[in-house]
Amino acid sequence: MKFLDEYRNYKYIFALTKKIDQMVTSPLSIMEICGGQTHTILKYDLESLLPDKVSLIHGPGCPVCVTPVELIDKAIELALNPEVILTSFGDMLRVPGSEGDLLLAKANGGNVKIVYSPLEAVNLAKENPEKKIVFFAIGFETTVPAIARSVILAKNNGIKNYYLLCANMLVPPAIEALLANNQSKIRGILAAGHVCTVMGLEEYEQIAEKYQVPIVATGFEPLDIITGISMVVEMISKNINTVQNEYSRAIRKEGNQNAKKLIFEVFQRVDREWRGIGTIPKSGLHLNDKYSDYDAEKIFEFRSLPKGKKEGLCIAGEILQGFRKPNECVAFGNECKPEHPLGAPMVSSEGACAAYFRYKFKQARSFT
Amino acid sequence: MEQEKNTSNKINLSCPLPITNYDKILLAHGGGGSLMHDLIEKLFLRQFENPILNTLHDGAILEIDGLKIAFTTDSFVVDPIFFPGGNIGSLAVFGTINDLSVCGAKPLYISVSFIIEEGLPIEELWEIVQSMKNSAELANVKIVTGDTKVVERGKGDKIFINTTGIGIVRPNLNISPKNCKPNDIIIINGRIAEHGIAIISKRQGFEFETEILSDSAPLNGLVEAILETSDKVKMMRDPTRGGLASVLNEIAISSGFDIMIEECAIPISEEVKGACEILGFDPLYVANEGKLIVIVAPEDAEKVLQAMKNHPYGKDSAIIGKVMPETNQTVTLKTIIGTTRIIDMLSGEQLPRIC
Repeated sequence: MKFLDEYRNYKYIFALTKKIDQMVTSPLSIMEICGGQTHTILKYDLESLLPDKVSLIHGPGCPVCVTPVELIDKAIELALNPEVILTSFGDMLRVPGSEGDLLLAKANGGNVKIVYSPLEAVNLAKENPEKKIVFFAIGFETTVPAIARSVILAKNNGIKNYYLLCANMLVPPAIEALLANNQSKIRGILAAGHVCTVMGLEEYEQIAEKYQVPIVATGFEPLDIITGISMVVEMISKNINTVQNEYSRAIRKEGNQNAKKLIFEVFQRVDREWRGIGTIPKSGLHLNDKYSDYDAEKIFEFRSLPKGKKEGLCIAGEILQGFRKPNECVAFGNECKPEHPLGAPMVSSEGACAAYFRYKFKQARSFT
Repeated sequence: MEQEKNTSNKINLSCPLPITNYDKILLAHGGGGSLMHDLIEKLFLRQFENPILNTLHDGAILEIDGLKIAFTTDSFVVDPIFFPGGNIGSLAVFGTINDLSVCGAKPLYISVSFIIEEGLPIEELWEIVQSMKNSAELANVKIVTGDTKVVERGKGDKIFINTTGIGIVRPNLNISPKNCKPNDIIIINGRIAEHGIAIISKRQGFEFETEILSDSAPLNGLVEAILETSDKVKMMRDPTRGGLASVLNEIAISSGFDIMIEECAIPISEEVKGACEILGFDPLYVANEGKLIVIVAPEDAEKVLQAMKNHPYGKDSAIIGKVMPETNQTVTLKTIIGTTRIIDMLSGEQLPRIC
């Protein structure tokens, strides 16, 4: 298929891995930020093509994985409210809250609908004036423009039964938090191509400068990722700490101005808890005062929720920060599997644990 | 009274509710993945078990007075009931015909049960019935008994259809995963994932440049052509719900061997590949309704492939992989860039990814 097959061409990939092999002299770790990139790395087993000295750390860029438990619990509560139809992107449905997930809420009579776009949720609100339609707004900068558009659309059309449960997050503050951590061994970063397509590269230039680390905005096909790694390795070898653009077929330096305008028309930056990592300043987006009538957290009353229970054996936080690999967790493949995840990275196909489980480490397939 | 209490205690003790991870049925329990297998193993099989059921084939093989009969049943709840390339009626007829066919049987008779929701337009029912008649004629089977129930509006979803079928197994035929040996060749009769993508496109109102049609088709003629060509066919399966990946995993488990398939050998149309990229689906896990996987001894692979290619429902047949000597019961895929990865069973439904 055009625009895909070219980026899955093994000849180009092998030529680049050879080049990487020649350039690397000492061990180094590179973090790919986005879960989509992690998925490709595992799906094509790209690590097997890299020299042993290069190790990849799978970053926190899987939005469902880092959505805080408290908001999932609120979503479940809304789903069970008979007045509400809770809408969400599909892979949010299996993410465990403190008790159960949205699929279970659905089985318990909750009204949960999967949508591909928040605009579908607005249509649902139009078609069901007697119901309150809540969209569980998750995702990074990639999903936010359409979510902002949905709120504006609702406002312009006088739709008063559409609300957001805001859980959107911003990537650069999380990268900063990871780099600021003393334990960090990250020598280079593959930034998430789609996020940069929306936001541009400016924020990343500041990070590269401040933390003296090379960053390559990278796409999602195997050749993109190997090219991104090759560019980072070359920058490390030449001690260049700037931002380069591997995904130039989609990213413009200034990003998508219209999308950015939409986002900040509707949202403001707030502190946000990242599941497994902690609260990161100014890393979330919440409806601003002008659009606060659409804020589900203001409109609905929530029962006082138990403080998110400890996740026991799960070491998701350490995995999302790159300190440990999924298969180093004692629960991996035992207590924790895609059909009963203990932590969110085992849920979405973009979560590092699920990707490892699916593509690398098959455990005994016992049904007992 | 005392005795009654004891008896009920005893019943409770001998039939404890099996421990599962969920206390309610989720949609994913019907998704063809490992949750459904869990349900079958823990709830159904433990209560119903007998040597015939335990084989967990698409159909049961019964021996009655020396005659081998294949017997199968399937319920159809597809939404939408009309989709590009077919409707719930043709699907119900072909589905049961195909389950009988892959047992190596010649399908003969089927039953049809309708559960209809109050308010279904008679015209739609008529269209479904017409297409069932045509489908049965096309496959040369007879619909010989049936049942009709109507449920209140809201208690069903337009129409559900159950079909049950019987057929005669060809004499001296022995097809079973147990016959698979290392180096046996795996052939598929055409392009994958078309049914699932046709359904979801229609359901979601997606429009692609070329309309993607369901591959729903009767496989009995193709199976006949294959079995006439070779007596070295080890087993056949139709990869429906759960897709190619789930069926290959089932074959790996029941044969005891590993399976290796090659990504670039698997037939798939550009449209379906594109739709899967957009929707975030892995085509290996997307449903088919007219596909057949054949495992055959290497010496007969080429002639079986030719016979399949000569049949209208096998024009795009291709060799996609082989049975491996290892006994981890794992399915691996050689990717388009030459690396390998494991293809595991799907755990529940495929959920669309967000970005």
